Amino acid sequence: MSTFEALQYDPYKLGRGYGEGGDGRDYATGHGERGPASARVIVGYGFWIFLLSDIVLFSCFFATFAVLRTATAGGPSGAELFEPWRVAAQTAFLLLSSFACGMAAMATRARSHLWTQAGLFVTGLLGLGFLLLEAQEFATMIVGGNGPDRSAFLSSFFALVGLHGLHVTVGLLWLGTMMAQVYFKGFQTKILGRMLCFNLFWHTLDIIWVAIFTVVYLIGVAP
Amino acid sequence: MSDHPRDANPNVEDVAPGAIDAEEYTIREGILGYVIGLVLATLLTVVSFYVAKSHQFWQPSVPIALVVLAIAQMGVHLVFFIHITTAPDNTNNILALAFGVLIVTLVVVGSLWIMYNLNHNLMPMDQMMHMQRGL
Repeated sequence: MSTFEALQYDPYKLGRGYGEGGDGRDYATGHGERGPASARVIVGYGFWIFLLSDIVLFSCFFATFAVLRTATAGGPSGAELFEPWRVAAQTAFLLLSSFACGMAAMATRARSHLWTQAGLFVTGLLGLGFLLLEAQEFATMIVGGNGPDRSAFLSSFFALVGLHGLHVTVGLLWLGTMMAQVYFKGFQTKILGRMLCFNLFWHTLDIIWVAIFTVVYLIGVAP
Repeated sequence: MSDHPRDANPNVEDVAPGAIDAEEYTIREGILGYVIGLVLATLLTVVSFYVAKSHQFWQPSVPIALVVLAIAQMGVHLVFFIHITTAPDNTNNILALAFGVLIVTLVVVGSLWIMYNLNHNLMPMDQMMHMQRGL
C-alpha cells in the first residue's frame, strides 16, 4: 500500500466522503450512518435549547405573576395603571421588529449587504421604540408611587415585564455587534451562524411578548 | 430500519431551528412565508385586543378565548418565523420544544393549582391577625 493509498484508506468514513465505500455524501459513523451534523446545525440546536430553558425561566415569572395578580395590598390594580394604547403600540413595534429581523435573514440568504444592514437597522429601531415605551411606562408608574415596592402584584409585574425588557436590551446590544460583524467580516460561515442565533433570539422574545400582553395586559385588566 | 422516513432519503440532514436551508426555497418564497406570518399574527393580535376590550362576549369565556388566541399566535410565530416544521429534519427541534412546553405547563399550571388550593384552605389574613392578638 503506497503512502497515498494509506491516506485514502478510511474504513470508518471519518473523512466524511470519498474514502472506501464513500460516495461523496457526508455520512460516516457517529450519527446514525452519516456522521455528526454540521456546526451550523449543532450551534443552532444548542441555542434553541438555551432559548427553551429561557422560556422555562420566564414561565416561573409568569406563574408568580398569575398567583400574585390580585394581591394589590390596597394599591392600584392593573386596570387602573395600564394604558391600552401603549400596549398596542409596543405589540406593533415588536411584531414589526420581528418581521424586519426575518427580512434581514432573507437578505443575508441573498448575500445582500445593503438589505441585511437595512433590515437589522429597522429591527433595532423598532426594538428601541418598544424599549422607550416600556421605560416611559415604568417611569410613570414609579413616579406615581406605584413602583415594585407598592404591592406584591406590582413586584411580580416589574419582575416579569422588566425581565423581558432586559432581554430586549441585551438583544439590541447583540444586534449592534451583529451589524458591525457583518460590515467588517462579511458573510463568513461563523457570522451566518451568529445571525441565525440572533434571529432565533429575537423571534423568541416576540413569542414571550405575546404571552405577556395576553396574561398581563389583557387578562390582567379584565373585570 | 428501512421503513424509517429518514432512510428513504439518506440525504435528509437535521436542520437548525430558524433556518430554511432547503435549496428548493427561493428568497421570494421565504419572504412570502414571513408576510403570511405577519398577517396572521396581526390578525390574531387585533382579535385579542378586541375580545379583551369588547363587552359583547360572555365575560367568563374571555380569559379562555385570550389564552387560546395567544397559543395560536405563538404557533404562527413558531411556524412562519422560527420555521419549526413537522418534517423529519426537524425531529430534534420538535422534541426539544415539546419538552420545554411540558416543563412550562407543569410550572404554570402546578403553581396556579397549588396556590388556588392554599388560598381556599388558609384562614384569611385579617382573621389570622385577630387570632394572634387573642381577640
